Amino acid sequence: MIARVLRRLGLDGRTAVIAVPYLWLLMFFLVPFVIVLKISFSDAQISMPPYEPLLHWVSDKALQIQLNFGNFAFLVEDNLYWKAYLNSIWVAGVSTLLCLLIGYPMAYAIARSQSSTRNILLLLVILPFWTSFLLRVYAWIGILKNNGLINNTLMALGVIDQPIQMLQTDFAVYVGIVYSYLPFMILPLYANLEKLDLTLLEAAADLGCRPWKSFLKVTLPLSLPGIIAGCLLVFIPAVGEFVIPALLGDPGMLMIGKVLWTEFFNNRDWPVASAVAIALLLFLVIPIMFFQRAQDAEAGGGTHR
Amino acid sequence: MATSPRDPQLKFEPWTDPDAQPYVRIDRVTKKFGDFIAVDDVSLGIYKKEIFCLLGASGCGKTTLLRMLAGFERPTAGRIYIDGVDMTDIPPYERPVNMMFQSYALFPHMTVEQNVAFGLKQDKLAKAEIAKRVTEMLELVKLGQFAKRKPHQLSGGQRQRVALARALVKKPKLLLLDEPLAALDKKLREHTQFELINIQETLGVTFIVVTHDQEEAMTLSSRIGLMNHGEIVQVGTPTEIYEYPNSRFVSEFIGSVNIFEGRLIEDEPSYVRIETDDLDRPIFVDHGVSSAPGATVWAAIRPEKMLMSREKPAGDDNWTPATVRDIAYMGDLSIYLLRLASGKVVRVTQPNVYRHADERVTWDEQVYLSWDPSSPVVVTK
Repeated sequence: MIARVLRRLGLDGRTAVIAVPYLWLLMFFLVPFVIVLKISFSDAQISMPPYEPLLHWVSDKALQIQLNFGNFAFLVEDNLYWKAYLNSIWVAGVSTLLCLLIGYPMAYAIARSQSSTRNILLLLVILPFWTSFLLRVYAWIGILKNNGLINNTLMALGVIDQPIQMLQTDFAVYVGIVYSYLPFMILPLYANLEKLDLTLLEAAADLGCRPWKSFLKVTLPLSLPGIIAGCLLVFIPAVGEFVIPALLGDPGMLMIGKVLWTEFFNNRDWPVASAVAIALLLFLVIPIMFFQRAQDAEAGGGTHR
Repeated sequence: MATSPRDPQLKFEPWTDPDAQPYVRIDRVTKKFGDFIAVDDVSLGIYKKEIFCLLGASGCGKTTLLRMLAGFERPTAGRIYIDGVDMTDIPPYERPVNMMFQSYALFPHMTVEQNVAFGLKQDKLAKAEIAKRVTEMLELVKLGQFAKRKPHQLSGGQRQRVALARALVKKPKLLLLDEPLAALDKKLREHTQFELINIQETLGVTFIVVTHDQEEAMTLSSRIGLMNHGEIVQVGTPTEIYEYPNSRFVSEFIGSVNIFEGRLIEDEPSYVRIETDDLDRPIFVDHGVSSAPGATVWAAIRPEKMLMSREKPAGDDNWTPATVRDIAYMGDLSIYLLRLASGKVVRVTQPNVYRHADERVTWDEQVYLSWDPSSPVVVTK
C-alpha cells in the first residue's frame, strides 16, 4: 500500500528512507537557520516580534529588501563580543583537552578489557545520560558549594579551616563541562580503539618497538579519526555552552552562550543575538570544513583508492 | 628448491651431520592455555639456512610454537635457544627474529617505504643507510615503483611482498612466516613459492614456515615437522615424510593412501608377509618390520604406486582383482576408485599417457591391481 503510493510519487524505498531524516533536518535545522539568518540582517524595534521585516512594500508594486549589516559591524566594534568568543573558545579548548587526557586512557582500557566486562564498562559511561542533564549540573552545586560535600568533608577531616571557594569559579565550569561531555569523548575513541588490529602492535614489537613507542607510532596515529571525532563532539557544544557557566560559573565570566542569552532575553535585541549566533556558527563550521578537506586529501593520497 | 640444490655436489643436509649444531633449538617446550595444552613437550633442532615447515591442521599448535619463537607467547615450560642464546625470557622487540604475519599486519598509515623502514628506524640506523637498505629490499621483492603507495593501494600479492621485505630488511637470524601464501590465489601462490625460495637462497636467512597446506610444505621446505594435538609426530625431508611415514596419521595427512589393516604371518629380517581381511592374498613386503609378534600392523600403499592392468599379474602375492567404481579425470592424471571383493574401496592414480579415452580403463571394468614389494609402508601405530 505504502509502496504503491511511493512508486506513484516516483520514490523507491531507499530514497524514502533517506528522505525522511533529511526532511526532518530541513524543517528543524535549515529552516530555523534561515530564520535566524534573516533576523540577523534586520533592525531591532519595540514590537511583536521585536524586529523589522526585511521586505517592505515601498509603493504599490515595488518590494524593497533592506539588509542591515549593522549587527555584524556592532559585533566587531564592541570588544565584549570578541572577548566572549575568545574566552568561550579557550574554555572549550581546555575542556576538550582535559576530556581527551581523561577519556583516551579510559577508552583504551575499555577497548582492551575482557569482552565480558567491556559491556558493563560501556554501560557505566552511558549511565549518566539516564538522568537529566540539568539535574546532574545542579548536583555539582551541591558538591562544590561552600557548605557542600567536598568542603564539609575536608573540614570534618580537619584538612582545612575555611571552605575553599569552588562554586562560581572557572574551576567549577571546567569540572562541569568535562564531566558532562566526557562520554562524547570516550565513545568515539572507544569505537576507534576497539577496531585496532592488535597484530599491528605485535608487528611493531617484532620490528623492535618497545610498547610505549608502539603506542606513539601505531596506536596513536591510527586513532586520530577517533580523537578528532571526540574533540569535535566536545568542543562544538562546549563553545556555545550556556547552562554550565550560568549555574556553576562566576556571574562575570564572559561566555558567548551567556551573551547570546542576555541579548535575546534581557536586551530583547533579537537581531544582534542572531548575528552572534551566525558568527559563532561560522567560527566553528569554517575551520572544520577546511580540516575535513585536508583530511580527505590525505586519506585519498591523491590517487585511486 | 631446497630439496634439490642447484649444485648436486653440495647436498644441504646438516641434520645428517652428527657434528652440526642446530641454529634454533627448541628444548622440551610446553604451552598451556588454562587446561588446554597447545604445545606438548616439543623438542626440535633447526639448522642454519633451512626452510623448516611446521605443518598441521588448524589447532595443532603450530602457530603457538611460532609465536613462542617470536616472543609473543611465553612457554609454560622448556627453553628456546637461537644461535646458542637462551631467548625464552627475551621480549619480542629484543629478539633477532622477524615475523611475516598471516594478515601481513602492514601499518595502514604508512607508505610501503615507511613500512619497510620501520624496523630499521627502531635500530637507530643512519638515514642514508636506512634509505639504501630499503631501496635494495624493495628491488629484491620487485616493488621499487610502489614505494610511495599506501598498503590499501596495493594488490594482495604486492602486500605479501611488502610484508616479506619489512621482515627481511632487518637481516634477522631467523624469519618466521605464518601461512605466508594462504591469502593468495592458486596461480600466484605457486609463483610466489619459488620466489620465496629464491629470496631465501639469496639472503641465506633461516626460515620457519607455518602452514596447513601440505603442497606448500612439500615445495618450500628442506624439512617438515608434522604436528598433531600439540606434538611433533614426525620430522623429515618431504621425501621422507611422504615415502617413509612413521604412522597412519602421517601417511594419511600427506597425500592420499590406501591402508590395509592386518597382522604379520611371516616376520623375517629381510621380508614380511601381512595377512589382511581386505585382500584374498597376503601382502609381501621386501623389508623387515620391527613389531611385536601378533600385533596389528597397517600396510600403507600410495595410489600412484598401485598399478592397474587388464592382464592377470604373475606370482602369488601383491595383486588383487577389482572393479572400477568411479573415475575422476584431472587432465594430467586420473583418479580411479576401485572396489575389491571384500568391499573395500581403493584409490589409484594413473598418468594419462594416451590421449584417446578408448585406451583407458572405464567404468565397471574388471581389472587387476598390483604393487611392488617395496611399495607398502608398514606402520605399527
